[in-house]
Amino acid sequence: MGMLEGHFEDGFVATNLEWAINWARESSLWPMTFGLACCAIEMMATGASRYDIDRFGAGAFRATPRQADLMIVAGTVNLKMADRVRRLYNQMPDPKFVIAMGACTCGGGPYYKYGYNVAKGVDLVVPVDVYVPGCPPRPEALLEGLMRIQDKVRKMKEYHKGRPVDLPIPTRTGSVLLPDELATPEKALEFVKETKERAKAAK
Amino acid sequence: MTATDIAALLEQQFGPAVTGKNLTALDPFVTVDPARLVEVGTFLRDDPRLRFEMLNDVSGVDYLEPDPKKAPKAGFDPHLEVVYHLSSFTFPGRRFTLKVMLPRWKGDRPGELPEMPSVAGIWRTADWHEREVYDLVGVFFIGHPDLRRILLAEDWIGHPLRKDYEYPLEYHGIRCR
Repeated sequence: MGMLEGHFEDGFVATNLEWAINWARESSLWPMTFGLACCAIEMMATGASRYDIDRFGAGAFRATPRQADLMIVAGTVNLKMADRVRRLYNQMPDPKFVIAMGACTCGGGPYYKYGYNVAKGVDLVVPVDVYVPGCPPRPEALLEGLMRIQDKVRKMKEYHKGRPVDLPIPTRTGSVLLPDELATPEKALEFVKETKERAKAAK
Repeated sequence: MTATDIAALLEQQFGPAVTGKNLTALDPFVTVDPARLVEVGTFLRDDPRLRFEMLNDVSGVDYLEPDPKKAPKAGFDPHLEVVYHLSSFTFPGRRFTLKVMLPRWKGDRPGELPEMPSVAGIWRTADWHEREVYDLVGVFFIGHPDLRRILLAEDWIGHPLRKDYEYPLEYHGIRCR
């Protein structure tokens, strides 16, 4: 806010309305109380005190789609449920976001080949914003997915009616610092070779 | 009373209605004629020597080898089986298995479900179990109080646990394959 900075008393911030609205929106994403299978247990763990999704402002699980703006599809979506999932999605007010949580919702998972009654990914039913793979994903992974949604909200423009103009570039990668011997692919290969050498039986 | 005694009792009572038995199997069973299943069931439940008050499970099995090359070696002719697992409260630990053999299609006309009498009037457990067999294997139970699909959607086509079931291409606009 270059020009205006330093012209006001302490405690005042000058910004544009869009930034303020997006900031408010990303800090109070209300998910819908909605669990379909085992991933829902992990979603509950994310909501509980140890991982505490409330730190990101998304702890108010609403019991109705009309008050929610985030849908965490946690669990296998079978075809009988798919109709209901779509209906719930249609009942949510704009702007709305969808996290596909777990392998089943990302693409059918273990039911891909022989699951006669499973939708092969919830993206065939509703538009998905963020995919969180895993079977089930750890709570950290779901929190990471939530942060990706927040990135998306931050890039929203009001005059585009809530639709993000383009895909945001991830600012937080969620990557883990690897130990020194695995830092680069070459080093990792070397490490594997060494481990194999060491595992050989003594002659 | 062992499985051998139970089978002998049933044979003595119903004669030709008992069409087969295997008493050396892990779960000894007797095969009965579907037309007299209700009589046999009532006898098993009410006879003071037997008293099978509880029906643990009803399962449907589709015996079919869909691969024509492997079919001669499969060791069975294509048919359906409905298996009833019984146990007793009066004589704890007593178990018995009852089987019914059915053709895969009624009169060998594909699409027409084979029919057999329901035992929901004898054991109330059978109500939902028979609905499940109807839903997934495709057996029509005559005399069932409310024979609807129990797991799949009401407008589902086909019975998925049949070995020759073809997966749907699309359901309500959702691609399935």
